[in-house]
Amino acid sequence: MNETMFIDPQRCIGCRSCVAACRECSTHKGYSMIFVDYIDRSETTATMPTICMHCEEPTCALVCPADAIKQNEDGVVMSALKPRCLDCRNCVNACPFGVPKYNSAMHLQMKCDMCYDRTSEGLKPMCASVCPTGAISFGTYEQIVPLRRTKPVNAHVFGNQSVKTKVYMMLPTDADEVSVDGCGVFEGQIALDGANVSEESWIDTQVEESNKSNEF
Amino acid sequence: MSKVENLASIIDRFGPHLHDEPIGGWSAERKVDKMVPTHCPYCGMQCGMNLLVEKNHVVGVEPRYDFPVNEGRLCPKGVTAYLQTHHPDRLEYPLIKQNGNFERASWDEALDLIVAKFKGLQEKYGKDSIAVYSGSSLTTEKTYLVGKFARLGLQTRYIDYNGRLCMASAAGGNNKAFGIDRAANPWSDIPHAEVLIIAGANCAETFPILNGFLWKQRDNGGVWIVIDPRETATARQGDLHLQLKPGTDVAVANGILNVLINENLIDQAFIDSRTNDWEAARAAALNYPPDVASEISGVPAGKIIQAARLYGRAKTGMIMHARGIEHHSNGTENVLSYINIALATGKIGSEGRGYGTITGQGNGQGGREHGQKADQLPGYRSMLNPEHRKYIAEVWGIDESEMPEPGVSAVELFNKMREGEIKGLLSICSNMMVSLPDTNQVRKSLEGLEFNVCIDFFMSESARYADVVLPGTTWSEDEGTTTSGEGRVIKINQAIDPPGEARHDWRALQEIAHRMGRGKYFQFESPREIFDELRVASKGGKADYFGVTYEKIDKQDGVFWPCPTEESTGTPRLFEERFAHDDGKARFHAIEYKGAAEKPDEEYPLIFTSGRIVHQYLSGNQTRRIGFLVQQCPEPFVEMHPETAMRYKINDGERVKVISRRGEGIFPALVVKTIRPDTIFIPYHWGEELAANQITNAALDPTSKIPEFKACAARLEKIHTRELPILGEVRKGTSQNEVQKGK
Repeated sequence: MNETMFIDPQRCIGCRSCVAACRECSTHKGYSMIFVDYIDRSETTATMPTICMHCEEPTCALVCPADAIKQNEDGVVMSALKPRCLDCRNCVNACPFGVPKYNSAMHLQMKCDMCYDRTSEGLKPMCASVCPTGAISFGTYEQIVPLRRTKPVNAHVFGNQSVKTKVYMMLPTDADEVSVDGCGVFEGQIALDGANVSEESWIDTQVEESNKSNEF
Repeated sequence: MSKVENLASIIDRFGPHLHDEPIGGWSAERKVDKMVPTHCPYCGMQCGMNLLVEKNHVVGVEPRYDFPVNEGRLCPKGVTAYLQTHHPDRLEYPLIKQNGNFERASWDEALDLIVAKFKGLQEKYGKDSIAVYSGSSLTTEKTYLVGKFARLGLQTRYIDYNGRLCMASAAGGNNKAFGIDRAANPWSDIPHAEVLIIAGANCAETFPILNGFLWKQRDNGGVWIVIDPRETATARQGDLHLQLKPGTDVAVANGILNVLINENLIDQAFIDSRTNDWEAARAAALNYPPDVASEISGVPAGKIIQAARLYGRAKTGMIMHARGIEHHSNGTENVLSYINIALATGKIGSEGRGYGTITGQGNGQGGREHGQKADQLPGYRSMLNPEHRKYIAEVWGIDESEMPEPGVSAVELFNKMREGEIKGLLSICSNMMVSLPDTNQVRKSLEGLEFNVCIDFFMSESARYADVVLPGTTWSEDEGTTTSGEGRVIKINQAIDPPGEARHDWRALQEIAHRMGRGKYFQFESPREIFDELRVASKGGKADYFGVTYEKIDKQDGVFWPCPTEESTGTPRLFEERFAHDDGKARFHAIEYKGAAEKPDEEYPLIFTSGRIVHQYLSGNQTRRIGFLVQQCPEPFVEMHPETAMRYKINDGERVKVISRRGEGIFPALVVKTIRPDTIFIPYHWGEELAANQITNAALDPTSKIPEFKACAARLEKIHTRELPILGEVRKGTSQNEVQKGK
């Protein structure tokens, strides 16, 4: 499958068509595998859709102790296999994009599988089909590039972790990678002068979330 | 008397309740029998969709890639629309109110009561004591039938419809300037425009699928100029945002025209050959140099100049607007002032050069063409024109003298109820208690009626006041045509049978007419038969549908009217060679700034404006029952700037009282920098104590009779409560993870 997803945040209007449509996919049983967030509603109406980026070397699969997360031959990273999923949530905590969600009722990690039941039959994923603006698109690199004035980028840097993904972000034409390094603890950097920053401070914010926001 | 005595009981029984699963649940094994191609029941985009049908139940939706308008795209309302069809709140049998409670009745009992009451009122008070109030969510066949039903079935002059609250100013402006009321261009022209002026239209929330065309234009290198008091998602994505004070569009438009004139960016050849009355419009515009326009509107003069240069210097360009400029007591003038810009630059009548209003209601266009307006007959004919009256009288088989005189507009209709002149009402698919301005007065109108009948498929805030409620059908249970915002006549196809004892509403109207002794005029056996009579009735009129057939619609993916002959394929783009006035020329209008009917003062220092959100449709009677949509925005909010919040010592999420001279309500504050400090905004989709229209002003535009929803004076009052607003919680979570947890 040469087609993949292209995410263009500047086009997102926050309508959540994608969220509504994702539930309609016959394998999701009413759960949406896509999320749309306001960036900061007090400042702007900007919103951002989040889907699984389908990493070439998926961290979620690497950290899975039960080998429950499989990547198929098309590079699509599937939800955890139900018989194998241990409820451990390693994948939920490890994903740098914050994508996998744990379904308490089903005792299962569930995430965007690029509508594999549809895409394997030549249909578009539901989210990309319905998206009013093309903020989420589905197609080949060669199809998308001539249509847009933005540049598809699939290299992401999280501190000292580099991740290449099957899914592309549409960025300004001078961008080569998406750099997410807000913690200030990597490569010897200190976030604030004089601040008492431990090297593990990011763990507090990313792993020990007590509000269960990574659950269905 | 039509009072709501047992509100809690009515809500408990008829909702709104949330429903969020297809019939059988999400986990049911599906064996879909058929996919029925049809169109969305909501806004004027009328997106194509396939309904998945299993054993006479709609169980889901599949994008329809073959329809050229949406090519598979759907907004969240469209995706979830199918959940209406088997909703537990559906009305499935007639109801008669007894001692304040709705009791189940047979169709015969309900119809007998309606006819006896209507006849009694008309014998006592005259034919015009009954009014009909209709809607533009109906198919065009039904809107035609409603007009005929009022004038021939009930023989009353009093009929109007909720399109009066929607696009009446656009219609007024279009008719005055162009001689015809329809968007000048198909949506497919948008990507070919170098510059778009989007005035008073938050396409992102109200017409999401239109954004696909806007982004194609952007991909082609195009530019958007957005004129709106709020920095909406549309304005944020635009290249230039003119953030004007609500009600000052004339100043901005005249300011732009002023710059175009002074910088010689007008098309004099076009003006000379294809328009009239330029000099008067020119003289008026010269009174609004950018600094004057800026002083009135609050838009920096530099931005007005920039907008004029961007639009004026481009070879192609289109102007689009929606309710933001139309919902004013000078809405028609607002529209005309923007039309002046299009005409002065000659940017109309070819690909990428055009003008158009964006239709809010699904059939807002078709609904205003075939005779449910107070002064109008089918085919956009006038009730005041003897030839028009004669033609329709012949089609209907009556003597012209039997044709009633024009009635009054929507707000005036309800005023007459309050004054006691109108005693009985039949409303169909309209929710006046949410959608009309100044709802406290509307309540008095409904309470004063001697007899009130409502046809709908859900119990609305307005139906609660009825004496008899007849169960109608959703869009998936009937067939018929609608006309989308671009003027494309399309066909809605029936997917399933109506549930329970619900009947097609056109059959209910016919049945009442028969029992009123007027059956010979209502012998239709199908929507197609109604449409065929409509085609003849519209023949030769401004909105000529004679050449449109169901077969042609299917074959062509819709037919753009006018389509005057069976050989014609329709008219996607208007004004390529001539305008629709008799001399073929468009008219300029000299427009002076007047502003809102009620301006801020010391007592009410803020400008209140209202509008929509993407997850609700109009009065919300359909969408406030769909779980997914409600979860995205559970209740209305009052949007205010941090400076305003600071002035009143209001925190984000805190409940605050919003007060105008007409009413007040309590809403959670949404403190955002995306609105002007002098303006506050509430979405209007809710009723009762959450109604934004408790606050709005019913001042009317003299031409269109549209009410001034978009600007009135208001003030805020801090209240003290420990109750946390639901909306604040959802918004702070902002994520669907939070929302989904509530499943």
